[in-house]
Amino acid sequence: MSFFKRLKEKITHQTDTVTEKFKDGLSKTRNSFVGAMNDLVKNYRKVDEEFFEELEDILISADVGVHTVMDLIDELKDEARTRNIKDAVDLQPVISEKLAELLQKSDEETTLNIKENDLTVILFVGVNGVGKTTTIGKLAHKFKQEGKNVLLAAGDTFRAGAIEQLEVWGERVGVDVIKQQAGSDPAAVMYDAVQSAKSRNADVLLCDTAGRLQNKVNLMNELEKVKRVITREIPDAPHEVLLVLDATTGQNAMSQAKTFGKATDVSGIVLTKLDGTAKGGIVLAIRHELDIPVKLVGLGEGMDDLQEFQADQYVHGLFADVLAQSEEAAEDLDKY
Amino acid sequence: MAFEGLAERLQGTLNKIRGKGKVSEADVKEMMREVRLALLEADVNFKVVKQFIASVKERAVGQEVLQSLTPGQQVIKVVNEELTKLMGGEQSKIAAATKPPTVVMMVGLQGAGKTTTTGKLANYLRKKNNRNPLMVAADIYRPAAIKQLETLGKQLNMPVFSMGDQVSPVEIAKNAMEKAREEHHDYVLIDTAGRLHVDEELMNELAEIKELTQPDEILLVVDAMTGQDAVNVAESFNERLGITGVVLTKLDGDTRGGAALSVKAVTDTPIKFAGMGEKVDALEPFHPDRMASRILGMGDVLTLIEKAQTNVDEEKARELEKKIRSNDLTFDDFLEQLNQVKSMGPLDELLNMMPGAGKMKGLKNVQVDDKQLGHIEAIVQSMTKEEKQDPSLLNASRRRRIAKGSGTSIQEVNRLIKQFSEMKKMMKQMTGMQKGKKGKKKGGFNLPFM
Repeated sequence: MSFFKRLKEKITHQTDTVTEKFKDGLSKTRNSFVGAMNDLVKNYRKVDEEFFEELEDILISADVGVHTVMDLIDELKDEARTRNIKDAVDLQPVISEKLAELLQKSDEETTLNIKENDLTVILFVGVNGVGKTTTIGKLAHKFKQEGKNVLLAAGDTFRAGAIEQLEVWGERVGVDVIKQQAGSDPAAVMYDAVQSAKSRNADVLLCDTAGRLQNKVNLMNELEKVKRVITREIPDAPHEVLLVLDATTGQNAMSQAKTFGKATDVSGIVLTKLDGTAKGGIVLAIRHELDIPVKLVGLGEGMDDLQEFQADQYVHGLFADVLAQSEEAAEDLDKY
Repeated sequence: MAFEGLAERLQGTLNKIRGKGKVSEADVKEMMREVRLALLEADVNFKVVKQFIASVKERAVGQEVLQSLTPGQQVIKVVNEELTKLMGGEQSKIAAATKPPTVVMMVGLQGAGKTTTTGKLANYLRKKNNRNPLMVAADIYRPAAIKQLETLGKQLNMPVFSMGDQVSPVEIAKNAMEKAREEHHDYVLIDTAGRLHVDEELMNELAEIKELTQPDEILLVVDAMTGQDAVNVAESFNERLGITGVVLTKLDGDTRGGAALSVKAVTDTPIKFAGMGEKVDALEPFHPDRMASRILGMGDVLTLIEKAQTNVDEEKARELEKKIRSNDLTFDDFLEQLNQVKSMGPLDELLNMMPGAGKMKGLKNVQVDDKQLGHIEAIVQSMTKEEKQDPSLLNASRRRRIAKGSGTSIQEVNRLIKQFSEMKKMMKQMTGMQKGKKGKKKGGFNLPFM
């Protein structure tokens, strides 16, 4: 069975709405990416050095990152040689397959680690302006829909209006926010929040933190402390530390993943703002080099637009057009 | 820094060339490949890189590099020059309308830092240009965005115009203009909501605000960490609105900021300001030439020198020089020097600006902690007047007392005393040397600790 058929089979078991969300959310991303790929195949009929150079550009334009692209191109060159592929059209599915492999690297769990019948604490970290608070609001909505008892912790005591922003989300979703005054110690807020979550028998505690650039040593130390306070109160918490990444970010995202990973043992990535033209290709590089899985993706501004990441869906979303084409091709072949 | 600089990148190629009498075209090609990778790693858009390499190659393959004695340096020089040219040589200022108020619209993607920058810009205009700006909260979409600007206004003690989040941004802008004229504000800064450049509806809204307020300046706020997509974003905003300038935010991070080059290349509008920190005064005029070095990973020497110049008191420096010559340096002077360095900003920031600081073995993993400076300060302040003047008084019992008084350990006190006496020795030698050279290096004490 062809790769795309397998992929399609896999996702037909999932609800159509989820598939649609991915398809819609990624439409801009897909259009530009696949458009470029199709042009490539059209312009370079033969698989040669120039073809690979152009392919390199396409991948780099998706922020995949130079190192990962080089590795990928090398693999593709080997593949083309061993399989004796000469026409660009024939290499196209191989390219897609390789990309998907990178995303689906291992069988690791990409779903959130949620404890049954016990408190789950999720800590959100990241640089400024990536969408931490918005992600928390959306995730709170999702958990609330599932009938869970959700509590939010306003740990961003630094940025003007951050506490209010979380409070508005709390009101919208209908969950309580544990807060202190602006400027107070975020670790103290976390302590309070964990205590309240325990006494209220909450199911999920979502902890917001102030955005910080990863090269600010003092602020990273502060973040470590916030995490330590949580762990001191509940030894196996936080159950998830999610690094929120802006899909428009370039190579610096790698530095973010490394430094935040070191300071707080990041367990997963939330990739936000994928509904623009940005491709978030840096997650490929992060998977390639650091192996931190993407767990959630933000595909739009609506409350329901935060989705659990499914590599299959993501690849399907990216390659929906390619998929249609290769199916036609496969059908044509079947006729003969 | 997360990336190697161009200089280090080129090192491999250069080692091969060394010893050769002539640099071949193939060598240049290889060097250009390294330049290309360095720029791509810095997030410069690949199309921009392509054009850039083409123009540099032309110059490089021409005479300049081939005939040069140190081709590596020559290549770096050419690259740096071309990059600076591309960034726009001169620093550019914010517009001022002939008939006030000058209207400035802040636009950009979500999370780029528009609201924070609006606050910073208001502060900048008041402090540096002696203006009286009115900030306008026109972001009715993001929860608490209005509250954020109002809080900033309160912090700065500057007026913010808002009508809540139930009124359309166009209406808000209209009323704000009236109010600005009534109250004689000379600048109106309109903070708009973040939006995707592909969101037609919201882009139309911006066009309406533009139509209504006829802004003198439309500043696109761009996150310095933006990757390849910066080109698409800048192009769309520019096409739709005709931006007049760019503000690059979060430049205090460790990003190379190649987005700056991409944005400049596709919009051909100057980058006017750079956001350099979270505090309200952390907005600086943008220096294109310095950004070129940063993208290449060559440090920001000029900024460092400028910082030193503004913060070091010339008079005090001369006095110090005299003291060193006569070997009268005391702990008080030591502390003074320390404070001057401290006033230049956080130490790790200073280190980042030094070229090669990332490469120096000892410095690479040093977490420069401003707290350590605090310890030193505490130790010196725990000394008596006599002890500060004459360190030879410091016997074991005095040291113990000082350690206790400053809340540090005896080891730390010992280390400081040792450092101090070594510094004294070194400085004595240096001044001696300078005298010997018949004043060739006159006034060598422009930098603290030199």
